[in-house]
Amino acid sequence: MSEAVLHGRAWVFGDDISTDHIAPGRLFHLRTDLPELAKHVLEDADPGFAAAVQPGDFVVGGRNFGLGSSREHAPRIIKLAGVGAVLAQSFARIFFRNAINVGLPALQCDTSQVAAGDELEVDLLAGEVRDLTRGLVVPFTPLPEVMVTILDDGGLVEHVRKHGGFALPQSR
Amino acid sequence: MTALTLAEKILAAKAGLDAVEPGQIVVADVDLAIAQDGTGPLAIEQIRALGGDRLRVPRAIFFIDHAAPSPRAELSDAQATIREFCRESGAELSDVEMGVCHQRVAEDHARPGDLVIGADSHTCTAGGLGAFGTGMGSTDVAVGMATGKTWLRVPETLRIEVDGELPPLVGAKDLMLTVIGTLGADGATYKALEFGGAGVESLPMAARLTLANMAVEAGAKAGLIGADEVTRSYLEERGRAADWRPLAADPGAAYEATHRFAALGLVPVVAAPHTVDNVHPAAELAGTRVDQVLIGTCTNGRHDDLRAAAEVLRGRRRAAHTRLIVTPASRDVYRAAVADGLIDVFLDAGGLVTNPGCGACVGVHEGILAAGEVCVSTANRNFKGRMGNPDGHIYLASPYTAAAAAIAGEIVDPRTL
Ligand code: SF4
Repeated sequence: MSEAVLHGRAWVFGDDISTDHIAPGRLFHLRTDLPELAKHVLEDADPGFAAAVQPGDFVVGGRNFGLGSSREHAPRIIKLAGVGAVLAQSFARIFFRNAINVGLPALQCDTSQVAAGDELEVDLLAGEVRDLTRGLVVPFTPLPEVMVTILDDGGLVEHVRKHGGFALPQSR
Repeated sequence: MTALTLAEKILAAKAGLDAVEPGQIVVADVDLAIAQDGTGPLAIEQIRALGGDRLRVPRAIFFIDHAAPSPRAELSDAQATIREFCRESGAELSDVEMGVCHQRVAEDHARPGDLVIGADSHTCTAGGLGAFGTGMGSTDVAVGMATGKTWLRVPETLRIEVDGELPPLVGAKDLMLTVIGTLGADGATYKALEFGGAGVESLPMAARLTLANMAVEAGAKAGLIGADEVTRSYLEERGRAADWRPLAADPGAAYEATHRFAALGLVPVVAAPHTVDNVHPAAELAGTRVDQVLIGTCTNGRHDDLRAAAEVLRGRRRAAHTRLIVTPASRDVYRAAVADGLIDVFLDAGGLVTNPGCGACVGVHEGILAAGEVCVSTANRNFKGRMGNPDGHIYLASPYTAAAAAIAGEIVDPRTL
């Protein structure tokens, strides 16, 4: 995690945003060209998103964000599009794991009050999301220790390179 | 000794521990790691970033099944990368003619008690054979291939207890859609589903694989069924008698919850667009006009599934406005369907039989929907855009119900046809 406080606008999506919304199968041929695929990120949920998103903006989802396929391309192109973090009520398991592996903060918090266009501040150290437009502060669920270790090392590949294998806290 | 669920038993053994408990983080030995043509190139990139081609996992397999054979130059290039990597690294290659990864893993690779990781979310299919199969991203699988290990949080287990036998024209798909409709699309997130009871023990392997395949549609990490005599005879038929070992949950194992289903009370159901838990009796959706029917995929493209569809289609013809696409899940399924005349039934019914593979399931080729079109599919996902067009509508159903829709040209309860 490079910066501790992220700042940007909210793009609000609903519940059950699948990896097909984020990186559709009809663009399967672009999976080896991620910058090109990123131009279509979330296209099937909001066709205007990819063209208008600004570096540092946030993707704000509802329940079960990222359900479906294991395609890691989904969090990768969200990150490539410049998104600072994904906030959601809950995440599908594989998406969550992939996001951490590629260094995209995926933060579980109450997103129900956040509206499209709100100015947000995400404080990774304090563990809270501040909606400056609405004057709201919501805490996010701290990441599990094992994922913090992976993020701190710069992703899973870097973790394994650094330690010559897994060096994760294995207790509960 | 602590009483363990199937998931706990396998993960404890693979982590070299006597017991594990839900929530515990373990680093476990991987038996088999797989990737496919959509996720493989990124996995290969990551293996190279890890410093080379040496793979420490006992078995690594790359499957070219999602866009097989390649419909576009970009995909041909990606597939060439996979073939080259397999030659260099010694990873096994399952090329375009062989079929869908999960079906191939069940046929020839997964063993009871194995830990299988795959860069494909339906890797949980291997749970039908009593293996802990779980889907991950390309990076996790790359690390698994390179190091032979992966990290996992031991999941809580939800027990799905099924009594009795399925009624005629009701399939394992109807059971599983009913389970997902009950749990919800995120009802088992981070958890394992364990299927048991007399109703599951009586199911053949094809049906067990259908249940395990769709565990992820409730958010689950794995879907597991014990290894018993049905498993033994399946492995024997596949020439893999030596791969069998019995595997059962311990009596008294702790489940987070147990959900009971009476098989006899089940009816044909359909998951309506655009979520898999949007489940309704087929009868309630009767009359919905259908443009295309897809029978196949890693959920319902096995020989038993094609036989079920043929049972409905035999001696009948598809409706004039309804395309009928049949995609066997693997080459062996295809061969068996040729041998016992099922392919003729499909051709006589006005159907199109494609090469084995993922086919139209993931929206790459072989049956992309037009705007506004409705497809009844035996696949596992009906998400918006899944079949290549965000303006298409996908209804998920059993092979019986899908075949009935092809004949009627609309959704219908197959028992009323
Ligand atoms: S058949 Fe469909 S669900 Fe199964 S592996 Fe292929 S694309 Fe995925």
